[in-house]
Amino acid sequence: MLDWSILSFLIWLPILGGAGVLLAGERNVTRQLALAVTVLTFLVSLLLYTHYDLARPGLQFGEQLAWIDAFGIRINYALAADGIAIPLIILNCFITILVIIAGWEVIQYRPAQYMAAFLIMEGLVNGVFAAQDAILFYIFFEGMLIPMFLIIGIWGGPNRVYATIKFFLYTFLGSVFLLVSLIYLYQQSGSFALQDLYRMHDIDMHAQLLIFLSFLFAFGVKIPMWPVHTWLPDAHVEAPTGGSVILAAITLKVGGYAFLRFLLPIVGDMAAEYAWLIVLLSLWTIVYIGFVALVQADMKKLIAYSSIAHMAFVTLGFFLVFLIQRLLPGTASNGAIMALQGGMMQMVSHGFVSGAMFLCIGVLYDRMHTREISAYGGVASRMPWFAAFFVLFSMANAGLPGTSGFVGEFMVILASAKANIWIAVVAALTLILGAAYSLWLVRRLLFGEVRTDAVNQLQDLNRREFLVLSLLAAAVLWLGIWPRPLTDLMEPSLHQLMEQVMLTDVSINELGN
Amino acid sequence: MMSPFDYAMPEIFLLAAVCVVLLLDIFLTRDLREVTYLAAQASLLATAGVVYTHAFTGNERLVGLGRHYVIDELGGVLKISILLLTMVVFVYARKFLRDQSMWRGEFFVLSLTAVLGMMIMISGYNLLVLYLGLELLALSMYALVAMRRDDGRATEAAMKYFVLGAIASGLLLYGLSMLYGLTGELSIRQIHEYLLGVPDSGANLPLLFTLVFLVAAVAFKFGAMPFHMWLPDVYHGAPTIVTLFLGSVPKIAAFALLMRLLAEGMAPLASGWSQLFLVLGLLSVAGGNLVAIAQTSFKRMLAYSTIAHMGFILLGAMTATHAGYSAAMFYVLVYALTAAGAFGVLVVMGREGFEADSLDDLKGLNERNPWLAFIMLLLLFSMAGIPPTVGFYAKLAVIKAVVDANLVWAAVIMVVMSVAGAYYYLRAIKMMYFDKPEPAPGSGGISVNAETGLDCQIVISLNGVLMLVLGVFPGLLMGVCSMALQASSL
Repeated sequence: MLDWSILSFLIWLPILGGAGVLLAGERNVTRQLALAVTVLTFLVSLLLYTHYDLARPGLQFGEQLAWIDAFGIRINYALAADGIAIPLIILNCFITILVIIAGWEVIQYRPAQYMAAFLIMEGLVNGVFAAQDAILFYIFFEGMLIPMFLIIGIWGGPNRVYATIKFFLYTFLGSVFLLVSLIYLYQQSGSFALQDLYRMHDIDMHAQLLIFLSFLFAFGVKIPMWPVHTWLPDAHVEAPTGGSVILAAITLKVGGYAFLRFLLPIVGDMAAEYAWLIVLLSLWTIVYIGFVALVQADMKKLIAYSSIAHMAFVTLGFFLVFLIQRLLPGTASNGAIMALQGGMMQMVSHGFVSGAMFLCIGVLYDRMHTREISAYGGVASRMPWFAAFFVLFSMANAGLPGTSGFVGEFMVILASAKANIWIAVVAALTLILGAAYSLWLVRRLLFGEVRTDAVNQLQDLNRREFLVLSLLAAAVLWLGIWPRPLTDLMEPSLHQLMEQVMLTDVSINELGN
Repeated sequence: MMSPFDYAMPEIFLLAAVCVVLLLDIFLTRDLREVTYLAAQASLLATAGVVYTHAFTGNERLVGLGRHYVIDELGGVLKISILLLTMVVFVYARKFLRDQSMWRGEFFVLSLTAVLGMMIMISGYNLLVLYLGLELLALSMYALVAMRRDDGRATEAAMKYFVLGAIASGLLLYGLSMLYGLTGELSIRQIHEYLLGVPDSGANLPLLFTLVFLVAAVAFKFGAMPFHMWLPDVYHGAPTIVTLFLGSVPKIAAFALLMRLLAEGMAPLASGWSQLFLVLGLLSVAGGNLVAIAQTSFKRMLAYSTIAHMGFILLGAMTATHAGYSAAMFYVLVYALTAAGAFGVLVVMGREGFEADSLDDLKGLNERNPWLAFIMLLLLFSMAGIPPTVGFYAKLAVIKAVVDANLVWAAVIMVVMSVAGAYYYLRAIKMMYFDKPEPAPGSGGISVNAETGLDCQIVISLNGVLMLVLGVFPGLLMGVCSMALQASSL
């Protein structure tokens, strides 16, 4: 345990750093300053891992300040982190460094504003993961939209305005329902503190259904689930490389994290009741979006769709819990924990892999200024180092054993076999589909004849790009080969979450008695 | 021991100051007009000081001048807000009037009398005093809108404003006279007590009939749908500085009218007027936001967005609870501040002989003046209600009050319409940040920064930064609103 406000530090250092970068203006030091802030934030975030006391699962590093108390509204500035939040916070701090480095010389238009937007984004996302008060969470959750809106809109591609407004309005529409639900819960319980909301076991069933639906919509848009995923391909394709990386690696995780923090423990009843629906939706998303990804002609779009398919694994894992638990009532079963862990692993792994894929595409785009797959071919002969990295990340995207992509998918499939073998069979289709679109992309991009002059003149990775990609490659391999540190960190917290879920879920309890 | 005139000391002081400014202005040449400006600012500041010493006496509330006048913390807070905001308006006015060659003293004198009217509205505790205050405000406003005599659009706007305003005044007067006829009283407190004695007042037909007129008049002053017809034309036609004044400060006075007349005087009939406000409020929130999407003029867009914001205020007041009134008061203060800032940016963007008006004028503002663009960004996000700007807490408080009144469905309509509203704010931000600057035909673009005075720069910066500061620490202002209303037992 640390006796200083580490979480506040992780939120405010990047935000104030971002303000500093803005004030520094368009000078040379701007980039160095931004990099220094992100590196420092990342180093501090590692302290969360080293100082987290595994013997006492649950929330640690707590901070609490009375913030607003007027008009009968009490909002606390309450922060804490557990084994679920910590990996995501560290992931966020890590990815932001890479984004800053990746934008180093690529961004020539107003680099100070660019760097500042990412720094502010980093702080707000850390706030989302650390908030223990529902409104505080909501403030960070909404506030995140502002920098991302600007990032896509200012530095994005030709259709950026449409994409960014769609992104903003879509997620805003999702979250306003969340707000109404939170206010309703406050009216019933008299508190916005998450721990108090977990203790509400007597929410009226009709209201619970509406709350469940509002949560599902708010977080389903964010993660995103079919059929509310349509903002994602547009936003990812039009965003600058850094924006795509943060969107895929970080903001999608916010949706998944919110499922664990809000939906499962607060309206567990309804989650159990409708788990089959979410599981079916997830399976449908995995298969359908897998096919959609297969036919994309734009490589960024392909990766965007593959992100949706991968995130469907996360929702699959999270809601499988209820199907498994119903078959094996009583205490939290290993299968349920495995499903949750698989979902979490998938989130962290997808953070690295999708980030890496978008960075690779950025490398190509910076040289060729096109994202059409057909414009490439034979890149491997001109960019051997790049090809090596790209193959590795594509394999991880397809879920090859030994890479991080395998671990999460495997755990979820294994857990789903405990619920119903057919779920496992359909889920396993993703391994085939994933391999199909990833490997086909590799073939079309990297191998074959060099057909155009532009490809012929490609330069291999420069030092900066090499550094970024090798850091990610190390992370992908480390998680694939030795995921224990991560699973050990998450497991006690997931057990605790399961207990909370079972407390709110009447049907499981009744079965248990 | 207070002398009877102590109750109205701030108003008397301001009246004397207005006369001084008016006389002073007559004897000043054009080069010395600066003195008028400074005198006007000084009288506002001094009046704020007088209000401060008189309103916050620690007593619950004092009713005096033959039960015509009330001094309480609610009035004190609202008056000081009005005076300070008007000072901000004057800072912009100095730049605007010079640029547009309207540098005359009338603007200041008329604005000061409007402020006087608003202060009387806030402290009026008698139907006729309230009416007098309202008329003083309205008459000054008509003249202000028409200040640019040779401009067809401004004249049309003034005419429309005058005719529709006269109808509203008529409605109010009719309602007031019926109320007097029914109760035999003019004092708010007396009316309140009389109504308490009426059995089953919620079903009393003459009283409800009266109520409809009063609600319609109040809704007209707010500009709530369907009594909003004057608002877009007046906002659009009036010189920007008058729109700035009209769009921010009088809303606070309208809130005071609502509090005194309906929340306090007609409290026993709350079930009646709150239903009317529910309908008016939802109509405004939905209609205002949807129609604003179709606007190409920035002033018109803000006019419709004002209608939507007024809907929120009415919905907060509709709950007829302390939390609801506090939320509405917080909202109106935040709104006035935000609107002043947004129109202020327009003023700052204008230059000699050129008034920024259409949305296209915002194009590429980030290229030309990143700081001004950033301020506008904060103001627009605050209007859209996105945290961490203060607009979010205003909306949160109102929605919370509405949910507490068991009207979750109304809250859902409100938030969905806020999403529709976000679209046009985003479009304005898109113009500033994502589009390249476009030289206006024949003028070579809007010059920014060059001839804007330091005072304007400081005020606009403060205004923008306040959105963020109040967004991080909203508790203080919320506490002030809550305490002021508590002292008046509302």
